[in-house]
Amino acid sequence: MPKLIKDGAFIENKWHLFDKETDVEAINSINDGNYIVPLKLWLDNKELFSKKTVDIGIWLDSDESPLSLEADVNDFSVIALNFPIFRDGRSFSHAAILRQQLNFKEDLRAIGDVQRDQLSYMLSCGFSSFLVPEEANEEVLLAGFHDFSENYQSTVAKPTPLFRRR
Amino acid sequence: MYIYDEYDHKMLEERIIQYRDQTQRYLDGKLSDEQFLPLRLQNGLYIQRLAPMIRVAVPYGLLSSTQLRKLASIARDYDKGYAHLSTRQNIQYNWPKLEQVPDLLAELAEVSMHAIQTSGNCIRNTTTDQFAGSAKNEIEDSRPWCEIIRQWSTFHPEFAYLPRKFKIAVCGTEIDQAATQVHDIGLYLLKNDQGEIGFKVLVGGGLGRTPLIGQVICEYLPWQHLLTYLDAIMRVYNMEGRRDNKYKARIKILVKELGIDAFREKVEAQWQFSKGNQATLTEAEVNRCKSFFSTPDFEQLPDEDEVINAALQSDLLFKNWVDRNVAPHKQAGYCIVTLCIKDIGAAPGDVTDRQMEFVADLAERYSFSELRVTHEQNLTLADVRIKDLYEIYKACKTESLATPYLGLLNDIVCCPGGDFCSLANAKSIPIAEAIQRRFNDFDRLNNIGDITLNISGCMNACGHHHVGNIGIIGVDKKGAEFYQVALGGDAGREAKLAKILGPSFSQEEIPDVIEKIIQIYLDERQHNEKFIDAYERLGMEPFKEKVYAKAD
Ligand code: SF4
Repeated sequence: MPKLIKDGAFIENKWHLFDKETDVEAINSINDGNYIVPLKLWLDNKELFSKKTVDIGIWLDSDESPLSLEADVNDFSVIALNFPIFRDGRSFSHAAILRQQLNFKEDLRAIGDVQRDQLSYMLSCGFSSFLVPEEANEEVLLAGFHDFSENYQSTVAKPTPLFRRR
Repeated sequence: MYIYDEYDHKMLEERIIQYRDQTQRYLDGKLSDEQFLPLRLQNGLYIQRLAPMIRVAVPYGLLSSTQLRKLASIARDYDKGYAHLSTRQNIQYNWPKLEQVPDLLAELAEVSMHAIQTSGNCIRNTTTDQFAGSAKNEIEDSRPWCEIIRQWSTFHPEFAYLPRKFKIAVCGTEIDQAATQVHDIGLYLLKNDQGEIGFKVLVGGGLGRTPLIGQVICEYLPWQHLLTYLDAIMRVYNMEGRRDNKYKARIKILVKELGIDAFREKVEAQWQFSKGNQATLTEAEVNRCKSFFSTPDFEQLPDEDEVINAALQSDLLFKNWVDRNVAPHKQAGYCIVTLCIKDIGAAPGDVTDRQMEFVADLAERYSFSELRVTHEQNLTLADVRIKDLYEIYKACKTESLATPYLGLLNDIVCCPGGDFCSLANAKSIPIAEAIQRRFNDFDRLNNIGDITLNISGCMNACGHHHVGNIGIIGVDKKGAEFYQVALGGDAGREAKLAKILGPSFSQEEIPDVIEKIIQIYLDERQHNEKFIDAYERLGMEPFKEKVYAKAD
């Protein structure tokens, strides 16, 4: 089971992640718990999901714009953005859009190829939790949030740029 | 020049700690080659044909004497005693050891320098005209704006993993020596009718496999909005630039495929959310940045100097050098001196540790301890008293730095090519040398006059061959090194891309080919017409005919 980091610590991961191959049958069989489902599955089966008592989060791949969510994003208690490979930088911008333009207030999770050396950038772009491989070294990963104590830009995490503070 | 405060220093320190740790994890096998690749590239480290190469950032080409001395000592300790001036105003070393790079970076940090984002798919070093702040008829000094962009682009969390590299140039001078129009974003400083500063913004220019001139996305962007607007462009590119094919991944392809109007709409759609937000520049910040580039303590001097005038009469070689390498300054009694780093026998833009120390001393004595790296791979002293010219010239002669070639055919712009670069199709340095040897006569060169000749070892175009009046590019022909020749390129405000002359040539043929091209120009030119103007008038045909004419 992949591990979850939130607020600078490893926490229990109660969310089950449905992959893109998941079909409707699987939805029928769920009754309780927390599920993060792929965007398309949710869009195609909104009705079905609305009848469920389970807690639903949604995940977007890097080629899916958050603007296609067509709903109040704050209805989801978690939105996850996928990094198919760590150097695919699209989800950084999608995270910023979710926070700055769609005003998403809940948990924004980085999933996929999430590695230590991109964590501080993810944090700055508005991600609040990080799904990492089970075998990942906890100490090494947590250090990834502290590479820099300051940044020049206006970011999601710190909207006032350095030049207004120095 | 910009002086680091505690924030800038801290960030550099943290960067070195971060990179030392990354290198260690790589050496311990905890980071794969693939994982380490973008990390080392964003610290300027390539693995080249013979050894690693590290590219040190020279922000907008500006260096202090202290920094240049440090670069000289690094050349001695980590390289084989020399460094290479790149066409993007940076400095490259060819032989550092991977394990030593963190130490090298720590040495750079001692003089507020680094190798951050000098490579990789991120925002690279911002470049500008080497005469910024000193040029006559300057619209606005670009350096404070370059510094603002440097800070904004450094470790920008959203744009560290772009589809491809991203280059920005800023120009505030009348004559554009920054090749602004062939950058991913080109910014021309200008004033509106009220005299307020703004930018004309171009996007989608670039060289490489698909050379394109940038298109105007915004005719006048008020300065306050510079960063939010750049953010908006970058965001559209980051999300929509192609990632499936690295040859189609630059922003120029996106702009071309969408069309500039559709691209602009997307940028505006992003910008409406950020326009006016906290990233909007303040007068205080602009003034803070400007304060680092205030006018130096110029003396009140007459326009001309008698001693120098006498020397110009008596020493013809000095006169040649002054005619070519010295440009007018905005301040009376001052001038801009460019040292042409194109001595025959050394690769264009290669400087030895000794030469670097010499130039550092020269700048300290004669130019307020500052100098600039030019994108034509030369070194400029931007604030020199005219009365010091003769002394400077004589001193430069002793270090082989007084070549009077600036802007002439032998002032060749040339990438490292097949001798060093692992991407090369062909060598470029020996081609430059063969041409330089063929034309090595000042009177002949001077008669040919203003011309640019650029050589790249492959279509990546680091030698900017598309914007040379004459461009030479290495191609691979069934495993053999061949060269295509192109004519008519221009990197200035009227930027134009060169067109291919015809079938490629072997290395041995190139000097003859260049000679024939030059001969046509000399035969056909009217009055004082420059090569590029004659080419515009004559077109490609006469050149083609002569070069490919069958020998009788
Ligand atoms: S143009 Fe090609 S050969 Fe020359 S430096 Fe660039 S990548 Fe290397």
